[in-house]
Amino acid sequence: MTAVTLSQSSPGRRGDSFLSVQDLHISFQTEDGVVRAVDGLSFEVEKGTTLGIVGESGSGKSVTNLAILGLHNRDRTEIHGEIWFEDQELTGASRTALEGLRGNRIAMIFQDPLTSLSPYHTVGRQISEVYRKHKGASKKEARDRAIEMLERVGIPNARTRVDDYPHHFSGGMRQRVMIAMALVCDPDLLIADEPTTALDVTVQAQVLDLLKDLQQQTGTSIILITHDLGVIARTAHQVLVMYAGRAAERGTVREVLGEARHPYTWGLLSSVPRLGSPVDVPLTPIRGTPPSMLNPPSGCPFHPRCEYVRLAGPELCVHQRPDLSPATGHGDACYLTPKQKQETFAQIKGRP
Amino acid sequence: MLRFLTRRTLGAAVILLIIAAVTFFLFFAVPADPARLACGKVCPPETLAQARHNLGMDQPIFVQFVTWLAGIFVGRDYEGLGHCPAPCLGFSFVNHAPVFETITDRMPVTISLTLGSAVIFLLFGVGTGIVAALNQGKALDKIASVSSLIGASVQIYFVGTLAMYFLVYQWNIIARPRYVPFTDNPLEWAYGLLLPWVVLAIIFTANYTRMARSTMVEQLSEDYVRTARAKGMSARTVILRFALRGTLTPIATIFGIDVATLIGGAIITETTFSLQGIGRLSIQAVLNSDLPMLMATVLLAAAAIVVFNVIVDALYAVIDPRVRLS
Repeated sequence: MTAVTLSQSSPGRRGDSFLSVQDLHISFQTEDGVVRAVDGLSFEVEKGTTLGIVGESGSGKSVTNLAILGLHNRDRTEIHGEIWFEDQELTGASRTALEGLRGNRIAMIFQDPLTSLSPYHTVGRQISEVYRKHKGASKKEARDRAIEMLERVGIPNARTRVDDYPHHFSGGMRQRVMIAMALVCDPDLLIADEPTTALDVTVQAQVLDLLKDLQQQTGTSIILITHDLGVIARTAHQVLVMYAGRAAERGTVREVLGEARHPYTWGLLSSVPRLGSPVDVPLTPIRGTPPSMLNPPSGCPFHPRCEYVRLAGPELCVHQRPDLSPATGHGDACYLTPKQKQETFAQIKGRP
Repeated sequence: MLRFLTRRTLGAAVILLIIAAVTFFLFFAVPADPARLACGKVCPPETLAQARHNLGMDQPIFVQFVTWLAGIFVGRDYEGLGHCPAPCLGFSFVNHAPVFETITDRMPVTISLTLGSAVIFLLFGVGTGIVAALNQGKALDKIASVSSLIGASVQIYFVGTLAMYFLVYQWNIIARPRYVPFTDNPLEWAYGLLLPWVVLAIIFTANYTRMARSTMVEQLSEDYVRTARAKGMSARTVILRFALRGTLTPIATIFGIDVATLIGGAIITETTFSLQGIGRLSIQAVLNSDLPMLMATVLLAAAAIVVFNVIVDALYAVIDPRVRLS
């Protein structure tokens, strides 16, 4: 890490990226104690691009994004750090300010479209109420807009289907409805929390392509949360790999998937099945389980599961917590030397 | 919807017929002799036989049942007592008037008592439950659960008697409860029934508070409620338009049962406040062995339950579009 010389800008800088999360800490009270879900996380999203956030369950990716919109449980959650959306700081924003942003400038879609849509209201009503609330449109205008949005996301017969309830739609169509609802006000940022996890594999690709097309049309930035590297490869421009509430690696898709530097990213990459590889070669899982955030490991949070601790030096890994380095561009939080990283990754890639 | 209603109405008719048959035969197994009651204290055998004949009791029991049943639809003539127009539920042995007349006389009292109190306990109970759910674990929540526990533990004859003693007789804050028909004077009607309404509501509110609180807590963690918040809906809209909707189904269920039960006769409340409703009527019928009257009140209570069940089932479909009526 001493060999790295590229850090020209401080992580506290803001202004040119339009969403910037700075040193975010999120913890909540549970019956068993305090859970440190996010522990010093920083990242940025640029206009018109997609940031993919990857990580196992419990790595803090969803919590972070709920916090951007202030949707976390305020009674139990403690947040430190800054979230800047253009020139507005969101962690300290008032309820009305957040309500004005939600659904309007920052929209969100969720994992399971069946439970995320209200079973009691027609899809048209659910879409148009967002438009009416934020744009002050009349009932008629909002309904027309809802039909237009349903057509844009590829729902056939939108004019008649606008009066249907969510349970009349298939899973993939429901997620299209969710997307139509999220994009009805032309938001600047769309947060998609595992938008394809609950869908059939064939439908997943359609939904991802739809998101990509819509992004090209509207220039909306997207934060795509997933644990599926295939989804990342297909849609993201930038990638943030999260582990135990911290950033493990960050960079462009090509950098993170093609020149991975962090042992955790290597683990993720090795556990993905490939069409070309022989069927009798077992997948390589990451050994161990994600740490409990009630009592996170000392030093590098990945060290109890890391195969390369000996290589980097146990003293360092067990006792000192690595930060992302360099601070911009392709960065990783690991004490291995650049040469070790390069050689080890080449070795891993060479495996069948 | 129409098919559903037709099917359920037919089903309800069958259930009522069965209940009618069971109560009819059950009451005739009881050793009380209605003819002797009708005949009076000093009753020579000839008069008794005559009374039996007049009441149709010299017929086989099955014939009696069919005659009684037919009377409901076409009316019936009693020798020596006169005509009983349809729907005829028989002649009361005690006041020698058609049973149905007495029932329609008393019905408005019970309906007024039920409706007024139902409005109070529904609104107040559900309201308290929502407030408690929104303040989960805080002081308001604890106050709500403690007071609903107290409300659920006390009895009407206890609270009612205390209220009567202090509010009416000792402090003269409110007049003695009485029934004034709504059509005569709506204000007097409400004022006269206010105390029974509130006392009755105290007992029932607790159920609604608990039910509304627990379902509301569940609803607030539903994904679609989170979606509503993520859309920028105000807290009020999120609660009233989204979260509340899901709590309505269980509330409608217990509300239907409670209202039906009360329509069938709020026996203790009516007795505590000396209101001449269906509840007191049925008690008097038991005490006087007035079988036709008793049959009628039992049937009425059963009919109320059956009818409100159909209403609640239809409501489910109105509340939740996923429910299909068939």
